[in-house]
Amino acid sequence: MPKDHGIGASSKRREDIRFLTGRGVYTDDMNLHGQTYAVFVRSQVAHGRIKSINTSNAASMPGVLAVFTGEDFKDVGGNPAGWLINSRDGTPMREPKRPVLAHGKVRHVGDAYAAVVAESYAEAKDAAEQLAADSDIEELPAIIDMAAAVANASNRVHDEIPDNLCYDWGWIEDNRAAVDAAIKAAPHVTVLELVNNRLVPNAMEPRASIGEYFPGTGDYKLTTTSQNPHLTRLLVAAFVLGIPENKLTVVAPDVGGGFGSKIYHYGEEAVVLAAAKKLARPVRWTAERSESFLSDAHGRDHVTKIELACEKDGTFIAFRTETMANVGAYLSNFATVTPTFLHGTLMAGPYKVPNVYVNVKTVFTNTAPVDAYRGAGRPEATYSLERVIDKMCRELGLDPFEVRRKNFITTDMFPYTTPVGLAYDTGNYHATLDKAIEIGNVAGFEARRAASAKRGKLRGMGLSTWIEACGIAPSHLVGVLGARVGLYDAATVRVNATGNISVMTGAHSHGQGHETVFAQIVAEKLGVPEASVEIVHGDTSKIPFGMGSYGSRSLAVCGVAVTKAIDKIVAKGKKIAAHMLEAAEEDITFENGSFSVAGTDKAKTFGEIAFSAYVPHNYPLETLEPGLEETAFYDPANFTYPAGAYICEVEVDAETGKVDVVAFHCADDFGNIMNPMVVEGQVHGGVGQGIGQALCENTTYDDTGQLLTGSYMDYAMPRAGDVPFYNVDYSCQTPCTHNPLGVKGCGEAGAIGSPPAVVNAVIDALHRGGHTHVKHIDMPVSPSRVWQAIHG
Amino acid sequence: MTKVSMTVNGRAVSGEVEGRTLLSAFLREGLGLTGTHVGCDTSQCGACVVHVDGKAIKSCTVFAMDVAGAEVRTIEGMANADGSLGTIQQAFQDHHGLQCGFCTPGMVMSAAALLAENPKPSEADVRHYLDGNICRCTGYHNIVKAVLAASGQDVSAVAAE
Repeated sequence: MPKDHGIGASSKRREDIRFLTGRGVYTDDMNLHGQTYAVFVRSQVAHGRIKSINTSNAASMPGVLAVFTGEDFKDVGGNPAGWLINSRDGTPMREPKRPVLAHGKVRHVGDAYAAVVAESYAEAKDAAEQLAADSDIEELPAIIDMAAAVANASNRVHDEIPDNLCYDWGWIEDNRAAVDAAIKAAPHVTVLELVNNRLVPNAMEPRASIGEYFPGTGDYKLTTTSQNPHLTRLLVAAFVLGIPENKLTVVAPDVGGGFGSKIYHYGEEAVVLAAAKKLARPVRWTAERSESFLSDAHGRDHVTKIELACEKDGTFIAFRTETMANVGAYLSNFATVTPTFLHGTLMAGPYKVPNVYVNVKTVFTNTAPVDAYRGAGRPEATYSLERVIDKMCRELGLDPFEVRRKNFITTDMFPYTTPVGLAYDTGNYHATLDKAIEIGNVAGFEARRAASAKRGKLRGMGLSTWIEACGIAPSHLVGVLGARVGLYDAATVRVNATGNISVMTGAHSHGQGHETVFAQIVAEKLGVPEASVEIVHGDTSKIPFGMGSYGSRSLAVCGVAVTKAIDKIVAKGKKIAAHMLEAAEEDITFENGSFSVAGTDKAKTFGEIAFSAYVPHNYPLETLEPGLEETAFYDPANFTYPAGAYICEVEVDAETGKVDVVAFHCADDFGNIMNPMVVEGQVHGGVGQGIGQALCENTTYDDTGQLLTGSYMDYAMPRAGDVPFYNVDYSCQTPCTHNPLGVKGCGEAGAIGSPPAVVNAVIDALHRGGHTHVKHIDMPVSPSRVWQAIHG
Repeated sequence: MTKVSMTVNGRAVSGEVEGRTLLSAFLREGLGLTGTHVGCDTSQCGACVVHVDGKAIKSCTVFAMDVAGAEVRTIEGMANADGSLGTIQQAFQDHHGLQCGFCTPGMVMSAAALLAENPKPSEADVRHYLDGNICRCTGYHNIVKAVLAASGQDVSAVAAE
């Protein structure tokens, strides 16, 4: 019987009730007394010099309360990059100031350079249009193509950065010569040039922010669509506006998806706060979807050449990559780490390859900032590896399953240190591959292919075996690598006097289901009903200082902080129980919600202990403080390493080039599972996004920097009809060895493992259909690209 | 400003609107029914789907004045009389058909319109009908499963191929 309660149960999500009845409260759902409306004026050119902005017409329009331009913020701080990356020669990255509102120059279409605040949204919008008309911006040549950006030293996104290069990073630079030599001497080298297509995250809730200022106390409040309210508070307060951190509360209420795009602090948040202070009234802003396309941090956008050197039998000798990564016009908060340490360190995959070298040149262009999007660097690494392995198998006539098997790190090799610096603690890559082969019924493929052929379709099967580093991150390690923050998390467990429990978490749920799953963990550990546990998140005035949710870290870092706090609660409860039961503390055991004296029937319930802590009449006050509330911070000893094997089957219509994903099988190892239903949902969503990247999504700027894919009419989001049911298995479980829950994280897996499985399946279908000249098709593998490849 | 009256979730309501006020804005700002969400500005995402005289429409695409006198139903009107989740809502919870919840009201309203037209839809019918509702969290798997389950069909074999 599956469990119906606590850890491992598929408890239904309590948050669903409010979402299903229209009673969720997202930022834009709030109405505040005296509220005003901000509208931003955004650049219509990709690159331009601001010659003048005449604000007087807009300022005198009906309802207009205030107008802001870059000039108003030129003396406050910039929105900083969270990681300092050094180039191969040891010089630090180029780090241009990212102003609250563009000042001097505009650097991408959608770059906000002014804002209008008015009594109504319509009035603010009308005045913003006037302000745009009254702005004199001299258009400069746009820098869009990365290679041209680096080659053309005279045209600069930032005037002080001569070659538009943020850094030229090598990992690990000391290994470069050995890797070069190994490739030169290898019996076979497969080379593949590929593009990891630029994506727009497209959380369904557009970004929104409300600023408030309370003149009586000097306090500020920012309600905003954030994945990490404390980090946003730190950035706004300490780095940008110079507000004392304790005078600013940041609330991230119900948030409608993030996928990375809501990790970062954006200038709009600073503007609504500054405007709220100026007007002493709430100032609200909600992005239109068109603004989201133009100004949310985008994802991916790598151009990579990868070389795989191997023996003739497919034994890997070396991987070497050269990547150009587009960072856009400014450095978003995680933009510098995503193409480097979140990408290069995964370039050994789950393989025992002795030589790996990664070079990444990160380039400024006149496009929206690019930053971490679901998977963040790891999908790029996985795609490069799994595509080049597939190509190598075709070149040498080898079986892709056997080649993986031959090269996998084996279970007797853990802990295993890769040549790119990670120490995998545990895993079983053969087990997940075998499971994928089983659930995917690989043996029955030929019959399915024949059936597809009868219907005129080319059927193909693609494999991807992936690994990622989650549970971001050990602070001491990331500090050495250039992180400017710690990456622990925190939780407070407050047992109330009546025995029910409030848990305040640094992690933030914007779809992941923390309110349910964290409650399951607490209920299991304390032997109380899930319903008596409340999870509180998203409000910096209530929660301890945690770093929020991204990088599949919520459970593996914050979840562990919750268990650490519970351990403290139990330890204190034992002291209280020992006193009440007149026994020695070491004789007290805690099980199923009851403190008892070992070997006797003397016991106190959890509720009785809680009550005693708050009504300490019979209590060891001389040695123990009253109350039952504990906080724990948890800084992980290592990353966690989920891994898995994905098999995709596609049907290709050779006449039209259309690709249908007809089956998708996932065999994942996430370590221990807290809520299987939620885990499956996370994988489904990730695979859906991965299929979107592989088949339909693309972000296209024209040569002048205009975004051609700026709405859902141009940017092809996957729809219900574009994807199949997914087959998800998580029965292969090698629990993480360094956290007490044994969990690894599951949020990004689907988006990491799926794109290469899809593309490999398409290439397989074409080869089986006789189109063996097709070596590669860049994502998105659209009908026109497939058709052109066939007729290439 | 013009006065507009209609019935929303069985209740007679009225309010002052401009000619350009969209139904979505009237519901959200005029009536405080913020369950209807606005996720795009091109009538693509479907988060704002409501029923007008029994038909699913995108409330960001009609003016409030254009539906004067109509019967409008929103996500706030989908629960049972006793406040418990309606059949479709319950199926969404049972089958984890939502994550962040933002697209959910539109999904539920579209699903209700589908099942009113086609009480026993196939998987393909559901996927086709939901073409105008975008979800970024679920990969649609559990949404499709929930809608099939809400129609009374057995979904225990889904994806256990």
